[in-house]
Amino acid sequence: MQTETGKLMNGAEILLECMAREGVDVFFGYPGGVTLPFYDALYDSHIKHILVRHEENAAFAAGGYARATGKTGVCCATSGPGATNLVTGLVDAMMDSIPVVAITGQVHSKLIGSDAFQEADTFGITRPATKHNFMVKTLAELPQILHEAFYIASSGRPGPVLVDIPKDVFQARGHYVPVGAIHLPGYKVFTEGHAGQIKRAAELIREAERPLVYAGGGIVAAGASAELRELVDLANLPAVTTLMALGALPASHPNYISMPGMHGSYAANMALTECDLLIALGTRFDDRVTGHLPSFARHARVIHVDIDPAEVGKNRTPDIPIVGDVKRVLQKMVKALHETEAELGKTKNGPARQAWLQKINDWKTEFPYDRSRAEGEIKPQHLMDEIDRLSGGQAIVTADVGQHQMWAAQLIRFNEPRLWVNSGGLGAMGFGLPSAIGAQMARPDKLVFSISGDGGFQMSLPELSTIASNQLPIKIIVMNNGVLGMVRQWQTLFYNNRLSSIQLDCFPDAEKLAAAYGFKGRTIDKPWQLAEALEEAVREPGPYLLNVKVTPDENVYPMVPAGGAINEMVMGPAKPVEAGA
Amino acid sequence: MLQTISILVENKPGALLRVTGVLSARGYNIESLTVAKTLDPQLSRMTIVVDVEDRIRTQVIKQINKLINVLQATDMTEIPSVIRELVLVRVRCGQEARTAVLKEAEIFHSRVVDSSTDGFAIEATGDPEKLDEFIEVMRTYGEIDVARSGAIAMSLETKKLRLQPPVAAPVAVQAT
Ligand SMILES: Cc1ncc(C[n+]2csc(CCOP(=O)(O)OP(=O)(O)O)c2C)c(N)n1
Ligand SMILES: [Mg+2]
Repeated sequence: MQTETGKLMNGAEILLECMAREGVDVFFGYPGGVTLPFYDALYDSHIKHILVRHEENAAFAAGGYARATGKTGVCCATSGPGATNLVTGLVDAMMDSIPVVAITGQVHSKLIGSDAFQEADTFGITRPATKHNFMVKTLAELPQILHEAFYIASSGRPGPVLVDIPKDVFQARGHYVPVGAIHLPGYKVFTEGHAGQIKRAAELIREAERPLVYAGGGIVAAGASAELRELVDLANLPAVTTLMALGALPASHPNYISMPGMHGSYAANMALTECDLLIALGTRFDDRVTGHLPSFARHARVIHVDIDPAEVGKNRTPDIPIVGDVKRVLQKMVKALHETEAELGKTKNGPARQAWLQKINDWKTEFPYDRSRAEGEIKPQHLMDEIDRLSGGQAIVTADVGQHQMWAAQLIRFNEPRLWVNSGGLGAMGFGLPSAIGAQMARPDKLVFSISGDGGFQMSLPELSTIASNQLPIKIIVMNNGVLGMVRQWQTLFYNNRLSSIQLDCFPDAEKLAAAYGFKGRTIDKPWQLAEALEEAVREPGPYLLNVKVTPDENVYPMVPAGGAINEMVMGPAKPVEAGA
Repeated sequence: MLQTISILVENKPGALLRVTGVLSARGYNIESLTVAKTLDPQLSRMTIVVDVEDRIRTQVIKQINKLINVLQATDMTEIPSVIRELVLVRVRCGQEARTAVLKEAEIFHSRVVDSSTDGFAIEATGDPEKLDEFIEVMRTYGEIDVARSGAIAMSLETKKLRLQPPVAAPVAVQAT
């Protein structure tokens, strides 16, 4: 509304005006000296602020909000320690291409460079932690920079953008001058994809005998799930989705295999190894997926679609590189497939394709993920299986980092994108709980499980207070194995079981801990308690802390030893399965 | 192998660090770097010489091109181009060597910019290897001080600069 913009405002009010125009309804932060003028203006604003208990968690919560919605998440911190506390969350968003805008206060511009109280070189520190960052010098440039920040964060390959604002800019008075256009001549966003290459890709898809879709987080970022499904259905393609793309194709889809990689399924890794055409969509051939790179998909020609030209050819040279928005490219690819079908009749490799799908189905039935249960104790797999049952493919699940994360990724099935929230690229412990805050704020209608290990849970434990004070009905599940399980697993398997600094003693009494924050909690350790306890947690209208004591020495399988070829999986305790067996 | 990268970059604070950060984050040591304004004062031209492993050369160029402030990064080693550098050499030599030094300076098409009783200051330009030779030769006449500009490069290709057109900024205030 132009009229609103006519009044004299200070920088803080102008910042809020910009945020409102960007559609920000809620953000996560922590105030301090130099952001006092901003928090003062916030007092009169309709934009909701969630006071977290540590700035790192503001960044994680903003990431959780963005991951659950696709909208840009916003976090805010004061100068110096506030800004440095944000860094891990920014790098997390960077690694997983999550749109986040971080606002940091800076000392008065006259004091910059003088080692003033709570001064840190935020602009310098966060340069490699962000997609781009800005330091605002005058009030006049604030709106332009802020809109540029939101545009950069959310367009192209999304990522975090930080805007550092000195205190005097918050205090300066001026008018909000609407920003007409964003002009970033060097910011190249390639969306359309090369028409000729897309046509060639369609031909390869039609001709292949053993095609496989390898879909990554780019599908989720681009909102291209429907297009992915169209491709899979049209050409009857089997598909794997990476850790960043669980739910991008419904787990219930008959052509869906599962997650590939270090802890991926046997079928997914074997399909990757034996396919003759790899259709890589919005994915980056991460080392946790590929294992030993020269062995990865070694019989396959590769079509690689990604919006980031630097990802295409980075780890694997594709036969058909396509730089573009995977949603647009898939639309065109489906169209091209329809055309080649019309031109050349149905695929001539019908029998070979059928045999391939059959082979994959055989792998799926012969080597499913382990969902086994035990008599006297709760196995981690049992826990995830019960959560899977309660979710029915519909709940939001945020995970921390470690064994529980891998079991959750294997065993909990997602039928939609943006339900599975995890720190994939950075693998930042402490992510699970605060990202659930962001996700639940974004999706109040949704059942949200936050699953953490007993280690990672304690990294973000203060956020129980944020959850309680906002009465967020998050179901906080601690998979408590008493150890830093994933580290223990590596020590067991690769360091002669010399268990060093992995014991987590003195875990607090969950019932008392939750009670101290004013909500319900409980500890269980018997398999027959599990279903009933989870149901009780879900029934509870408020937050609930469920501490589940599980078998302490269980390992995650399958496992591809670091640097190994992904068909050389260890399937369980001392029972290796070789390829081609 | 040494790679010469020519970069057209917006003249903004931190832009230089962003570019060099792509290299330093990968542990590459920069051999030389020059930067100055272009005809358009909002843009700078940067030339970086860096020793990058062959297999990641294109990756480095792509990563630099990805920076928001970079309009274009080009690998000059791959295309027809001229690469030049300037060196200032101060050589301290005895009376007996003066004529010989001047003779050498002439052979290298360099210019004497200062002359004093203890020697000369000489300015030479050329491709960097030629200047290496020049310095080696001058060294044989006495103690020398050297200051090099670092290489600057110009493409001899006519490649069109692809720039991103402006996009509309958000105008509507969200309903509350
Ligand atoms: C911030 C951070 N520090 C260290 C690690 C290394 N690390 C990865 S998994 C793990 C163990 C996690 O233990 P816990 O939270 O109990 O989960 P579990 O593996 O037992 O399920 C550690 C220490 C990490 N990923 N993040
Ligand atoms: Mg643990």
